[in-house]
Amino acid sequence: MEGRECDCREGRRAGILAELKSLKQQKIEIEKRINVIETQLHDGGHFAEEEGVRDPHHSASCNSASASLTPQDIYRYSRHLLLPSFGVQGQLNLLKSSILVVGAGGLGSPALLYLAACGVGCIGIVDHDVVELNNLHRQIIHNEAYIGQSKVKSAAEACHGINSTIRIVEYPEALGSQNALDIVSKYDVVIDATDNVSTRYLISDCCVVLGKPLVSGAALGLEGQLTVYHHKGGPCYRCLFPSPPPQAACQNCSDSGVLGVVPGVIGCLQALEAIKIASSVGEPLSGRMLLFDALPARIHIVKIRGRSLNCVACGENATFTRDSFQSFDYEKFTQAPFSDKTRPKLSLLPESARISSKEYNECVERGEPHVLVDVRPEHHFMIASLPKSLNLPLSTLQSRLGEIEEALKREESDLSPGSHASLYVVCRRGNDSQRAVDYLHGVGFPLAQDIIGGLESWARDVYPNFPMY
Amino acid sequence: MEDITMTTDKETQEREIKDEKGKLKSLPSIEIKVLFFARARDLTGFTNTVVSVKPGCTTLDCVAELFSKFPSLREIKDSMALALNKEYAPGNTILNNGDELAIIPPISGG
Ligand SMILES: [Zn+2]
Ligand SMILES: [Zn+2]
Repeated sequence: MEGRECDCREGRRAGILAELKSLKQQKIEIEKRINVIETQLHDGGHFAEEEGVRDPHHSASCNSASASLTPQDIYRYSRHLLLPSFGVQGQLNLLKSSILVVGAGGLGSPALLYLAACGVGCIGIVDHDVVELNNLHRQIIHNEAYIGQSKVKSAAEACHGINSTIRIVEYPEALGSQNALDIVSKYDVVIDATDNVSTRYLISDCCVVLGKPLVSGAALGLEGQLTVYHHKGGPCYRCLFPSPPPQAACQNCSDSGVLGVVPGVIGCLQALEAIKIASSVGEPLSGRMLLFDALPARIHIVKIRGRSLNCVACGENATFTRDSFQSFDYEKFTQAPFSDKTRPKLSLLPESARISSKEYNECVERGEPHVLVDVRPEHHFMIASLPKSLNLPLSTLQSRLGEIEEALKREESDLSPGSHASLYVVCRRGNDSQRAVDYLHGVGFPLAQDIIGGLESWARDVYPNFPMY
Repeated sequence: MEDITMTTDKETQEREIKDEKGKLKSLPSIEIKVLFFARARDLTGFTNTVVSVKPGCTTLDCVAELFSKFPSLREIKDSMALALNKEYAPGNTILNNGDELAIIPPISGG
């Protein structure tokens, strides 16, 4: 009974949410139209052709070939023109340039906003993802109305909203060895704003093969890194890091936290470096790396090695060609998937040592005596946890087996002699719980079972209101 | 092969004084300040530390010393950039007392 009532309430809520989303979308479209019309009014109808501008198939070349500044350009970019070290020539260079931003996430968001605002003639945006609520704390180019929609579309609308006179090319796809040469070859400068190590090697190699400068930024937790690769004889990513980090598969923002403004800082600096290169001003951060440390408020700039003569990609005897690039298996090389959504699920245990979240729910409902161990790190446990679960982080499990023993004894105290309480293990996605059960089997808990798919499956299949993060 | 780097007079002077001190006292061991970044922080639990090494030790000797002090750091042995006093330093660079060695594994998030 309660369940049916609940379904009904859920249905009504879903209806309201759908209507809200559609209204917000309409509001955006209307505001966009207002902007366009207002701009036309102010500009006396003069600006880049509106239709087809952002059609990727329409973009054989990416040169916005304005030879001189229009009166509107002069007014819009006046503060650039007033900078003696940038001036008219810098702005003209920028307007003629094209920059590709790979990734419209935490780094790409501010980078794209600044590139559009500053008047980069043509901006390409590559991303295969859709906007999610938990992106918004750092991916500031997107807004609530775009949740569930393509990041590229959302980012392109935002850029166009800031500057309707530049050209935006949308690539709502993942960058892979099949499309990379074609896409990257159309641009003067590339910004790596991706979130995984496989794509980082792929982009670096592609830039080496095509001779493009690469502005590389990265951020995780409270730290950021920034450098320019393969620029005027400087090193490439492989010169510096010939072998990928072994923990690559486990290092990304969905597992580790990131303070929203940290990628924001690095993304802004990426825009700055790209603008410097595109407009030929200043001294790019090539052969040097900037290390940003948010908590102590420190920025280190260190010299890094020059181009390596032994580099597989850019060294003296490097044989990296378009063909070898296209056949290189980056996911295999780095042991890390291009997207953490395609991360393979671990399968360590036999079926008998596992139960589904639904089965666990049944066990709770019939009041079966059991102990539930949650092996997530403590700061995860603090976010949300299942009732009566015992937090023993995987890293500390070995030294805390006694606590499991005691908890089981408490559960078994009311039972008839000889009967046992069950032991279940849960984590966020169901990988660490398998590792924990595998370990427990060997240290005197042969009946331990893991909850398949972890709290993620609990939230999906049993209790949709369980907070996921 | 050596990088040509601009060094200010002040920096050069400081380096010389440091070198002199090191020689005058003829220390039995020299102290190196180590800065950890990114994954190196997770693995060691520190943002920086000080290690003592023998005079005449190279950058790589110091890294080996760090591996014995923090065995888990070996995880990134093939995937880290090194900077000595904010400059690029090949593995065979001889260390001086008070040098600062930065261990920089790549970050891939964004
Ligand atoms: Zn290279
Ligand atoms: Zn992980």
